[in-house]
Amino acid sequence: MSRETILRFEDVSMRFGGIKAIDGVSFEVEEGRIFGIIGPNGAGKTTIFNVISGVYVPSSGTVSSASLVLNKLPPHRITGALVGRTFQNIRLFDDQTVLDNVKIAQYSKTRYSLADVLVSSPRLRREEERIHEEAMEILGSLGLSDKAESKAGALPYGEQRRVEIARALASRPRILLLDEPAAGMNPSEIDSLNALIVGIRDRFGLTVLLVEHQMRLVMEVCEEILVLNFGKKLALGRPDEIKNDDRVLEAYLGKAHKHE
Amino acid sequence: MKKSTLLNLAVAVAGLAFCVLTEETGLISNTLKLVLEFIAINSILVLGINIINGYLGVFSMAHAGIMAIGGYAASLASMYFLPSPELFPVSLLIGGFASMLIGLLIAFPSFSVRGDYLAIITLGFSLLIQSLLENIDFVGASRGLRPIPHYTNLIWCYLCFVLAIVVVKRLVKSKYGRSLLAIRRDQVAAELVSVDVRHAKLVAFGLSAFLIGVSGGLLCHLLSYTNPGAYGYSLIVDGLIMVYLGGIGSITGSVAGAAIWQVLVQTLRPVGMWRWILGGIILIVLMIFKPDGIFGNAEFSWRWLAGKVVASGRFFARKGARSGGGK
Repeated sequence: MSRETILRFEDVSMRFGGIKAIDGVSFEVEEGRIFGIIGPNGAGKTTIFNVISGVYVPSSGTVSSASLVLNKLPPHRITGALVGRTFQNIRLFDDQTVLDNVKIAQYSKTRYSLADVLVSSPRLRREEERIHEEAMEILGSLGLSDKAESKAGALPYGEQRRVEIARALASRPRILLLDEPAAGMNPSEIDSLNALIVGIRDRFGLTVLLVEHQMRLVMEVCEEILVLNFGKKLALGRPDEIKNDDRVLEAYLGKAHKHE
Repeated sequence: MKKSTLLNLAVAVAGLAFCVLTEETGLISNTLKLVLEFIAINSILVLGINIINGYLGVFSMAHAGIMAIGGYAASLASMYFLPSPELFPVSLLIGGFASMLIGLLIAFPSFSVRGDYLAIITLGFSLLIQSLLENIDFVGASRGLRPIPHYTNLIWCYLCFVLAIVVVKRLVKSKYGRSLLAIRRDQVAAELVSVDVRHAKLVAFGLSAFLIGVSGGLLCHLLSYTNPGAYGYSLIVDGLIMVYLGGIGSITGSVAGAAIWQVLVQTLRPVGMWRWILGGIILIVLMIFKPDGIFGNAEFSWRWLAGKVVASGRFFARKGARSGGGK
């Protein structure tokens, strides 16, 4: 059974001055997959996320989702309609509550105008009530209900990671980009992250793209893995294929490995 | 209706009754009345500045130029087209909308320019408006505009003041208010969680300028005279002092800042030039010990007040018990 393609990279390059952060990368992600992106430091993993979410406009090539070309869309349009993301170095709105962090990300789904605000119209109250319930539901699904009124910056690291995921879900995305969600977590937290990723994928009907250094997590949770090295696509396949791919082992461990 | 809403409404109506009574019977001295009018007008100005400098977190100095536009537009409307006190609100609206248009223009550089550079752009804008007004003969050039009809009274000041508070309060609680605070914290992150940063900034600059414009209109119709000199460095500095004194990102702070600064300026009048020096010292001390301003980003609420009353009640009860026991 073949599924719909939800994200397509066609020969995408991203140059910064003379450096090619990604270099002619092509791949497709099927809807509903958990898709891993791995590679040594500086391989271009986060750059791929930045290109998808519109932070960077690719130097060449096309990034598309179904008939929608993402290349030239501003970030808020992409994240408002299609993509939710988290950040490698947590970027929460520290001085605001967890609940408000989620509500901020509901901006595109909150349908009222400035006129509604000024006259405090019934529509405004209805919408505010609706997004409040939705936000609480999302927080509930991540086990954060009792943290709703806490300042985001005051939470421990693992919980801040979960608030970031909650915030990324708030705009009702179809694709979720997780940028090193396990960074700084202890082994037991990583185990529960595994279940969490599969759980939210099923519950919210998502496609998940995962950039991660924790190989155990990647191998367990991902159904397909893209390996990058120096901005180029090195390999693409199922976890068991990737594990045994000579080029991948070479990139990670060096040539000496072959003499074994 | 909630109890606190009812209480707010009661206080607002009582305030209006006081203003009407004052206008009709001369309940308080004219000097005191003038001080109250200044506090109300400055509060509206500071609420406007606070949307940009406080909630959005952009260091703007455009308020002098924006206030000049609003003041002049409202004054000209009253002098040439609307010569009746009943139409005063229309003049104020004309001032507000004229300022809003200019405010929307200033929002555009804020899309790409940030920090110090934007501060300099807004400073340049204020000075540019001032020298434009100095050189247009139609509006009296540097001689200024007079006579502007004396339409402003305590009732108008109060009504505009209450409306300004309601507007800013609603803005802050809406998705726009939330996104302004997000942009202040991390603009790129805000964009990446679907906030339309440009739209939010346009809303902020437009509303801010509208309020500042209305305060300009009120001031001109209070003094019956205005000239370009009133919209220079001293207004830029006064505006910023009131915002940072009261508390950036706080409605209560805006009003407190305007009120405290007005009282200071009035009480320090006898010491002449020294009041500027004292004012400066107060600001320096405040920034060292309370850099968020008196209120920070906290707000007044009835619950907060009740808490304070109960706490001080306990304090005095304890004190009474202790001194009673000592006897």
